[in-house]
Amino acid sequence: MNGDGLNSIILTLVTFAPLAGGLLLMLLPRRDRDIRIFSLVVSLLTFVMSLHLPVYFRRGQSGFQFSIDKPWISTPNIHYHMAVDGISLWLVVLTTFLTPLCVLISWNSVHERVKEFFILLLILETALIGVFTSLDLFLFYFFWEATLIPMALLIGIFGHERKVYAAVKFFMYTMVASVFMLAAILWLYAHTGTFDFVAIRDQVAAGSIPNFPAAAQWLFLGFFLAFAVKVPLFPFHTWLPDAHVEAPTAGSVLLAGVLLKMGTYGMLRFNLGLFPEQSRRNAPWIMTLALIGIIYGALVAMVQPNMKKLIAYSSVSHLGFVVLGIFSFTQAGLNGAMFVMLAHGISTGGLFMLAGILHERRHTYEISEFGGLAATVPVYAASYLFIVLASVGLPLMNGFIGEFLVLTGAFQARPVYGILAATGVIWSACYLLWMYQRVFYGKITQLKNNAIGDITGVERLAVWPCALVALVMGVAPILWLSAIDPAVHDALAPFVQVASRAVGR
Amino acid sequence: MNPNLNLWLIPVLPLAGAAINGFLGKKSSRTAVTTVALFFAGAAFAWALVVAARFSSLALPHEEPFAHWIRSGNFSVDFAFYLDQLSLVMLLIVTGVGFLIHVYSVGYMWDDPSYYRFFTYLNLFMFFMLTLVLAGNYLQMFIGWEGVGLASYLLIGFWFTKDSAASAGKKAFIVNRIGDFGFLIALFLLIKHFGSLNFSQVFEAVKPLAPEAAGVGLLTTIGILLMVGAAGKSAQIPLYVWLPDAMEGPTPVSALIHAATMVTAGVYMISRSHVIFERAPGALTVVAVIGTLTAFFAATIGIAQTDIKKVLAYSTVSQLGYMFMACGVGAFSAGIFHLMTHAFFKGLLFLAAGSVIHAVGGEQDMRKMGGLRRKIPWTFWTMTAGTLAIAGIPGLAGFFSKDEILWRAYQANWTYWLVGLITAFITSFYMFRLWFLTFFGEYRGEVEARGHDTHDAHGGHGHGGIHESPRVMVVPLVILAILSVIGGYVGVPASLGGSNHFERFLDPVFHSQATSGGEATAPPEGREPKTESSNELMFTGISVVVAFLGFGAAWLLYYRRPELPGRIAASMSGAYQTLVHKYYVDEIYAALFVRPLINGSTRILWQGVDRKVIDAAVNDAGYGAEHVSDEARHMQSGNIRSYAGWVAAGCAVIVAFMIWMGVGR
Repeated sequence: MNGDGLNSIILTLVTFAPLAGGLLLMLLPRRDRDIRIFSLVVSLLTFVMSLHLPVYFRRGQSGFQFSIDKPWISTPNIHYHMAVDGISLWLVVLTTFLTPLCVLISWNSVHERVKEFFILLLILETALIGVFTSLDLFLFYFFWEATLIPMALLIGIFGHERKVYAAVKFFMYTMVASVFMLAAILWLYAHTGTFDFVAIRDQVAAGSIPNFPAAAQWLFLGFFLAFAVKVPLFPFHTWLPDAHVEAPTAGSVLLAGVLLKMGTYGMLRFNLGLFPEQSRRNAPWIMTLALIGIIYGALVAMVQPNMKKLIAYSSVSHLGFVVLGIFSFTQAGLNGAMFVMLAHGISTGGLFMLAGILHERRHTYEISEFGGLAATVPVYAASYLFIVLASVGLPLMNGFIGEFLVLTGAFQARPVYGILAATGVIWSACYLLWMYQRVFYGKITQLKNNAIGDITGVERLAVWPCALVALVMGVAPILWLSAIDPAVHDALAPFVQVASRAVGR
Repeated sequence: MNPNLNLWLIPVLPLAGAAINGFLGKKSSRTAVTTVALFFAGAAFAWALVVAARFSSLALPHEEPFAHWIRSGNFSVDFAFYLDQLSLVMLLIVTGVGFLIHVYSVGYMWDDPSYYRFFTYLNLFMFFMLTLVLAGNYLQMFIGWEGVGLASYLLIGFWFTKDSAASAGKKAFIVNRIGDFGFLIALFLLIKHFGSLNFSQVFEAVKPLAPEAAGVGLLTTIGILLMVGAAGKSAQIPLYVWLPDAMEGPTPVSALIHAATMVTAGVYMISRSHVIFERAPGALTVVAVIGTLTAFFAATIGIAQTDIKKVLAYSTVSQLGYMFMACGVGAFSAGIFHLMTHAFFKGLLFLAAGSVIHAVGGEQDMRKMGGLRRKIPWTFWTMTAGTLAIAGIPGLAGFFSKDEILWRAYQANWTYWLVGLITAFITSFYMFRLWFLTFFGEYRGEVEARGHDTHDAHGGHGHGGIHESPRVMVVPLVILAILSVIGGYVGVPASLGGSNHFERFLDPVFHSQATSGGEATAPPEGREPKTESSNELMFTGISVVVAFLGFGAAWLLYYRRPELPGRIAASMSGAYQTLVHKYYVDEIYAALFVRPLINGSTRILWQGVDRKVIDAAVNDAGYGAEHVSDEARHMQSGNIRSYAGWVAAGCAVIVAFMIWMGVGR
């Protein structure tokens, strides 16, 4: 098959390979070991296929690539339109990278209903990838909602004590918000006759949609609310800690690593892409909420007695950086926002895996149950510290690059926001290092902790790739930025015009 | 064209050592670990010497781009190395003193079960410190800046099973981060207004600017923010609190990181940014005032400390204050000169203190020492050299550098000089106090009686009794002692018949574009040589007198009449207790910042806002819908389906409304 042919079907392959694997899995007999190996092979194959995207992506070129656009349903006019640009490209790869690691981290920790677990995991992967590759709004919404079901089931079936409460809360919270987006999508369809993102964007730019100026603010809010809950932006965040604490490790990894980014990706793609004027108008309060999220999330994280809740609240803080960067409308801010999305996916994914490893041994996430572990499980402790440093944003690690760019952008746009957000560098050190000290330093206070085993081979295979990528992203961010930068430049084009028009008035 | 010096090798060599020991050290023998660590630290030193040998043939500043790092639109930051006289001086100090301390550590840490881990961290520190001093832009400097903070965190908390050590490491990291916050804001301002973080580009852009007069202009703001960063890293008021706690780390760490190199990074950074500061007199004043106050304040605390390392820690804070005082009056080369001599004598003092602690089996309380001079003669004599040097006894390294600072401070503002002079007296006093308490009088400890194999946190050698350290520790002491004695002769001022080679060497860095402003008004070149130099000689005389007065006071109180200090302390117990408790600054910070933050976050934000307001509202909405559905549909109980149904129905209404609204217009 020649390169062009492959280029046009690669997204279809990558998106649906996990689903195909999941369907095949249904036919397999319930031999847990085979099921694990099969899932690993499927997810690894998907990852390898997805590497085609960054390898053959024409960098320095803006716009969508690898696109496929076929009519699917004629009334309503729905297309099978998939493509990626420098923004969605990396989110796809992030998903395919984290899924095999999720399989590995669940290798020994999921004992019951193993088959169902991995089927759900693979279906979830397809839904997540579909969200990032779809350019047809209907298709996008389909995948968007499709992520809910496997995730809610993963939490509700394989979670811990209050799993049903958490699953329902997660489901309802994000479902309700999504309905507003659906309304906005339907309005757009009713007035443009198409679900195609590119076509609608062009019509918006041309000003050819009837009644658009009057409805735009509502449409903007419809999309924004759905995304804000998913991110989650303060004050829509309270579903997150509950969902995380109850979710199984793999669920948490994909939830924090990828699912939250659906929200920020949506803001970047749809809020900025379709409603530049409204984005600019609403930016002040959105940035304010993002800023509150950064500081509030960090402070609440600091006092959490539960390790997983701490990491969950730290996600609120990190995702606040992403939203702040997006609504700064600066090149640095958006590049940084994209980079924080990826970096957070890697490092927080890693942190959740590490928390899961501990839970596996002690069946608790309470920080006070631990202490002095660095002496008994040194390799685990060192791996943990490495990921903590990535999350704290130590230079030469991935967290730093993103935060630095976001803050640079925010400072350029509104210095006060940049300054206040920059206090985040202090808070992140506070909550993570304090937690690390309580878990790993000091003397062993509980006898049980003497008996826990160090990180196993399978667990290393799950965690160390995160550590490695966190380092590579910090040392050579250019590998990622060279694809992101032109796409961001593209995304900002309407804002340059809006700004110059504003000046012109 | 300059030849390619492969400057990248200098930081990367120790990084390779850290990587090898980090991954393989656990299973390797101590000898293998030692070989790797010393080889790579030594190789960095050797390469620095090669660079120094070829230095005179270079066109300066010499810049070596290495690799792309960050690209975002028009903004870019690359890995690049920057060599001029200033970075060469720093390079030689860091690699030279660093290598000596590596050697010393072999003896000091030999019996520690985590020997390999120690050298991994130590090599890692070298990597970051060398990245810091060789950086070609502010962001790369920031890599080193935060990286040394990490190494410091790891090494302070090296004995992590001790809660105090773990807490001290965390405290150091967090307090440094507060400083880094200021540093970052300064960087954002530089990006916003100059579009670059490269030293050469920023300084080219700043040079044409006129000195800012009154008020707070852009450069003044940047300068003050950089000083916030420097105050964190270099332990100045109000961020000095982490350094005394950092003494929880092994003593070689205190010598290398918390005396000779890392803590001087702030001085280096401000000197590197002198182009900005010279045009921001307001910022310079801030630097000078903070430096002067810190010098005095920390010295007073040093008087009342009984832990030998704590005395040296406060002394370091105080001496760093001198360096900032120098920078603040525009005498950057004097600051760097003192940085260098301080690296020699304070590195020496810490290592010698380590040797003392080693000798008495881990005891750090000077009240349990005494009379050690005959038992550990090498340690005694080398420490004597260090003590004389820091006290400002004529002819030794510290004398020349401190005197240079005081003289330049006087020229700027006599109050700086006066406070500096009083500090010099206190310095001389507490150092000779330490000296007398440790080495003279009767031995007051217990080691000889019981041996010291049991309670030895610091890794002794298993043989009982007070003993001199092994040769691997003594040799670095001797080399540093020699440097502490003769190191000052590179900078003998004209008034004493010298020609201040050091200042002239750095001149191209600091005076190539002399437009110094503010309090550093009179550039030293433009003055009348005759009267100035006789004046300077008089001030030198005053400093010498003060140094001897300090010695005399210590001699009287801690040698001649050792019962007096107790009586004085009793008669002024309020003042004495204040000093012992370090002015209660830690307690004040805890009450003002730490506890309110934790309590506020717990009670107001988490339990209050998060649970009682937001989550309650969400759940109420849920239960409310449930309740209504009960009423309206007479369902048996509020189950999930009714809840879901009502939410969905509500949504449908909203959808309909929105569509209608859209269509209707």
